[in-house]
Amino acid sequence: MAVIFQKPKALKDTPMHYCPGCTHGIAHRLVAEALDELGIEGKTVGIASVGCSYNSYDYFACDMIQAPHGRAPAVATGVKRSKPDCVVFTYQGDGDLAAIGTAEIIHAAARGENITVIFINNTIYGMTSGQMAPTTLLNQYTTTTPYGRIADLHGFPINVSEMLATLEGPAYIERASLHDVKHIRKAKEAVKKAFKVQIAKKGFSMVELLSSCPTNWGMSPVEALKRIENEMIPHYPLGVFKGKHLEV
Amino acid sequence: MGKKLLMKGNEAIAEAAIRAGCLHYFGYPITPQTEIAHYMARKLPKVGGVFLQAESEVAAINMVYGAGSTGTRVMTSSSSPGISLKQEGLSYLAGAQVPAVVVNIMRGGPGLGGIQPAQSDYFQATKGGGHGDYRQIVLAPSSVQELYELTVDAFNLADKYRIVVMILGDGILGQMMEVVEFRDKEPVEHYEKPWATTGHENAREQNIITSIHLSPAVLEKMNQNLQNKYELIKKNECRYELYNCEDADLFIVAYGTVARIAKSVIEQAKREGIKVGLIRPVTLWPFPQEAFEKVIDRAKAFLTVEMSSGQMLEDVLLAVNGRRKVYFHGRMGGMVPVRDDIMKIIRDIYNEHVKNG
Repeated sequence: MAVIFQKPKALKDTPMHYCPGCTHGIAHRLVAEALDELGIEGKTVGIASVGCSYNSYDYFACDMIQAPHGRAPAVATGVKRSKPDCVVFTYQGDGDLAAIGTAEIIHAAARGENITVIFINNTIYGMTSGQMAPTTLLNQYTTTTPYGRIADLHGFPINVSEMLATLEGPAYIERASLHDVKHIRKAKEAVKKAFKVQIAKKGFSMVELLSSCPTNWGMSPVEALKRIENEMIPHYPLGVFKGKHLEV
Repeated sequence: MGKKLLMKGNEAIAEAAIRAGCLHYFGYPITPQTEIAHYMARKLPKVGGVFLQAESEVAAINMVYGAGSTGTRVMTSSSSPGISLKQEGLSYLAGAQVPAVVVNIMRGGPGLGGIQPAQSDYFQATKGGGHGDYRQIVLAPSSVQELYELTVDAFNLADKYRIVVMILGDGILGQMMEVVEFRDKEPVEHYEKPWATTGHENAREQNIITSIHLSPAVLEKMNQNLQNKYELIKKNECRYELYNCEDADLFIVAYGTVARIAKSVIEQAKREGIKVGLIRPVTLWPFPQEAFEKVIDRAKAFLTVEMSSGQMLEDVLLAVNGRRKVYFHGRMGGMVPVRDDIMKIIRDIYNEHVKNG
């Protein structure tokens, strides 16, 4: 019987610990499919971060390093500069990348560090139970903004992709969404392109993936996906912010 | 031995690292160690290496973590406030057992402190400045020649034990110029690194570098493994110098720059008929208890001298363990102990413990 659909080889058999309805599983799958299709798992080193995906090394089958909170781009830099032939990616959430790791991501991008960053934006800290992230939308309720995120008190959400796209260093930055099949397919192309940019030695590539966190948003999985479409995309528009015409 | 060069301490460290096969350096500028970065920036590109000025001390130590994880010989250097910033990374390196060499050319603290020499990071270096039950090997050179030799050794030790080795010098050692005699061939030891994350090439199992173990039973076992390693290092790697100890009855304990001052105290004491020896720990961790056992029978008293409020003093007290009286003299904030002050204390100790003892 012909196999028409199967688990990517770059994913292990370990059952995932992510909550029902969380899109981390989809994001993992897209990365793994890209590694499979490009045939690069064997020379890839992934950097896990701190947050819900701290143990993504249990799921990805390539060599993996677990990095301190926010430091994944610096760890990736150390790997890439010592082993330039390796394909190096980080997998970071919005607390990790956009709060405690702001300096590391900006400077890795500014250097044009030839790495790929997979950035999960779900507008909240998941692992530590739903605190405000730099990406939390105005009026959004979190455990540390119990009356909603108020600009006067908590400042404004950060649009990371747009911010990094102002730099000369990055070769490719795209924001995609995981809220429905059509967009997941587009996200897949973005992830794959990001790795191709690295293989072609074009420099820093990042894909921001708008993701859901039903548990900490207090929503059903279906409601959560609708929130991405109705509330997140208007603030975090999808598209290519850097490298629109880059051919790889 | 090979050629002799007049070199600054910081430059000798950098040259030694390159000779030891360290072609990757990540750092951030801070006085009084920045010449290490200058030297690496000039030399590494010419030998196929990588010099990268990081955006922060925190980023630099994490670049070291990444490069060390691939099994590459790698170094960073800084001075006291910068080393404080690196503590998170040092804890991760210890937990994940990633080898690296870290240089701390100490200046006075706390806070931003000053830029003059100090030894006030002894606790931080030897007791674990970051979180968790961990140790790092701490080497304390006291000349530019020794900065060179110990830096080469540091890379061997780091690889041998999968551990961070810290070169703990002070601002004087980093800045002073002395003649260094280089070996024709360095005693570089090569260790297999089957744990390195370099891509499995579909030829072996996945390698994972990590320090997180959420099961307490697993984490305790990991810690026990670390402790077993530390015990092995204590057993094998203690280093010290005994100077003028053969017929001495008073002993100065000092390391680094202060040990040099102690030697001139000993010469002065000789002229006054007072027999003083020097115990100079070269490894601050593991602390060389053995050196004290060698002299304890004839020792009347000990005097610990440091450029701190008395940090190594605590290890000396543990080593002596109440068997003799231990005195202390320290200067802080970048002030350096002077011979005549120490000599005055030696005379008092002599009068109490030897002449009238």
